[in-house]
Amino acid sequence: MLRQAQHNGIAVEAVDLVKDFDNTRAVDGVSLAVPAGSIYGLLGPNGAGKTTTLRMLLGIIDPSSGTRRVLGHEQPLDVAAEVGYLPEERGLYPSMHARDAIAFIGALRGLPLREGRRRADELLEQHGLGEWARKPIRNLSKGMAQTVQLLGTIVHRPRLIVLDEPFAGLDAINQGRLEELIRREARQGATIIFSTHVIAHAERLCERIAIIASGKVAFEGRVDEARGQLRPIVRLRTRAADGPWRSAIPGSARREGDEWVFELPAGGPEPLLKALIEGGAGIETLAIERPGLHDAFVAIAGRSAAAAMAAEEPVP
Amino acid sequence: MMKLLRSAYVIGRRDFNATVLSKTFLFFLLGPLFPLLLGGAFGSIGAQVASRTETPVIAVVSSQADFDRIAAARERVAGALGEPAVSKLLRYDPERDLAAQQQRLLASTSPPIRAVLTGGLSAPHLVGSVEPKGPTSGQLDLILSAAREPAAEARLLPVTTVQQSSGSLVKDRALTAQIGQMLLFFLTILLSGMLLSQLIEEKSNKIIEVIAAAVPIDALFVGKLFAMLAASIVGIIVWISAGALLIQLVKTGGVQTLPPPAVGWPGFLILAILYFGMNYLLLGAVFLTIGAQASTVREVQTLSMPVTFAQVVIFGFAATAIGEPNAPKAIAAAIFPLSSPMVMLARAAEQPGWWPQVAALAWQALWVVLILRLGARMFRKTVLKSGPRTRRWFGRQKASA
Repeated sequence: MLRQAQHNGIAVEAVDLVKDFDNTRAVDGVSLAVPAGSIYGLLGPNGAGKTTTLRMLLGIIDPSSGTRRVLGHEQPLDVAAEVGYLPEERGLYPSMHARDAIAFIGALRGLPLREGRRRADELLEQHGLGEWARKPIRNLSKGMAQTVQLLGTIVHRPRLIVLDEPFAGLDAINQGRLEELIRREARQGATIIFSTHVIAHAERLCERIAIIASGKVAFEGRVDEARGQLRPIVRLRTRAADGPWRSAIPGSARREGDEWVFELPAGGPEPLLKALIEGGAGIETLAIERPGLHDAFVAIAGRSAAAAMAAEEPVP
Repeated sequence: MMKLLRSAYVIGRRDFNATVLSKTFLFFLLGPLFPLLLGGAFGSIGAQVASRTETPVIAVVSSQADFDRIAAARERVAGALGEPAVSKLLRYDPERDLAAQQQRLLASTSPPIRAVLTGGLSAPHLVGSVEPKGPTSGQLDLILSAAREPAAEARLLPVTTVQQSSGSLVKDRALTAQIGQMLLFFLTILLSGMLLSQLIEEKSNKIIEVIAAAVPIDALFVGKLFAMLAASIVGIIVWISAGALLIQLVKTGGVQTLPPPAVGWPGFLILAILYFGMNYLLLGAVFLTIGAQASTVREVQTLSMPVTFAQVVIFGFAATAIGEPNAPKAIAAAIFPLSSPMVMLARAAEQPGWWPQVAALAWQALWVVLILRLGARMFRKTVLKSGPRTRRWFGRQKASA
């Protein structure tokens, strides 16, 4: 059965959230709206304010100013039973058995312990960890423990799932499994918010994103809208090194090897092609590329923020 | 409120199971054995050393007949004063050169001789490192007087023994009060330390983030506090049962023969558990609040040290009430919330009457509620660096971090 989250179609809303820690402003006026049933990505480099924003949305910390509304409630803990949360810094009791750890996290959200254990056994079996159900967490590998905590996040079948850097520390296979799990939960009606500094995950999964840089929302909207902020990129290779055709390409065009790279002019491809042909360019190849989310991110958050993200973790 | 209690129960149940079902809880249960065994072992060694070094040895240079009477008199004195308190006597046959014999005996190291008694019963004379009116010479005076009158043995004071008298009861009850206070104090300190360790473990393994996102942080505070209380009450019940069983097996007449506290044993044990609960909740709340501000064991040790010292001072304050439960200082200690449980437990051992106990429990419960509320508030503000805006004592409002 689908888990519906109907609050004017918005599952989570933040308006001008601000968080100050001593004399540092970690989050500076973040506003966002997460549609119910969507997969929503918070993008930004480490220290941008993603985790602080999520912690405010979940009620772990209170904002210094601004308002939040989660599943229709101003106090997130009022709907704790309908929310699942995987924190960035994973934590489980080392001596607890895997099934008990999942059931305990569920019990914190109001799921009876017995039912939690039953579901834990099912989930562990589904994720290939059935034989580890009665083993202490300390005996599990890091990836297994991470999976156990993720299963604890969804064991009570929440309407809203918040995942803070869920892909961090996972190998490529487990990253793929996690992507599939996120899609499955979304298909069942859950709203999913996850933060990441790996743009590829957001590009593959998200319908909407918020790009956060230096505590502020630099962009909030659909992924194609983010891409739409950039004009298509033209890659052109010509036989002629120079000639009248050069006036057809913008002054900001740059050389990459033997190619010219520039944004498609406002008039579109036809006037460009005509000018190149009539100007004697001798076109060898001409490609018009749709910009990726990474390009959009660079344009929106700035080259330095993009470089910081790239330095944190290589894109798989 | 129901949500808070339900959440506290989930956390408390986890903590209780993790504590009681762990191997370390067995060590906790065996804990009281270690001080008893060590105390017994070191006490016996200490007593032996003390008896060797502190009980004076007197060399008696006399005939065998005189010495037998002196030794018999010494036994009577030792029976009255206790064996370790009375000088030991060793007989030596008189030699021709008495002065040289005295010198040699006083220089002897095996055994080390404090003084030499010469002249037998007729003309006794003591030579040695003793004062003329000191305890050693005084004892020998008594012994020689008794030895000169052997008929005194026949004039023993007629005695009829009863099981209890007010004097013996006061002494026994004061001892019960003292032991009760000490157990309360040490157990509370021990458990508060364990509570802190658990909190630090949760903070360091980040599980606290998962908990804080799911339940009010006050529930974490209350759940942890009551879980450890429940675990320690399990421990106390085990100890009381084991102690009673041991006494039943070892002592003739069993637990029936133990001197009863003023409120009786059942009442005293119930009060002991209640006062332990109060004392633990008051102190545990303080420790947990401290733990919320620390992120490492070292920080906790640094922060909790002043509180531990303060608790020792409070323990000393409470101890002054033993023997004088109605003195002004005892009443002051009974009113002061942090010493009240210890003082009132001692009072239960020494004074009958239930209304002061009921009033004290109500008073302490009020303080437990106040301190728990305050502690939970501070805990929430500090454990995750969260909380409502706070008003500074001076100047403008400041947003809390």
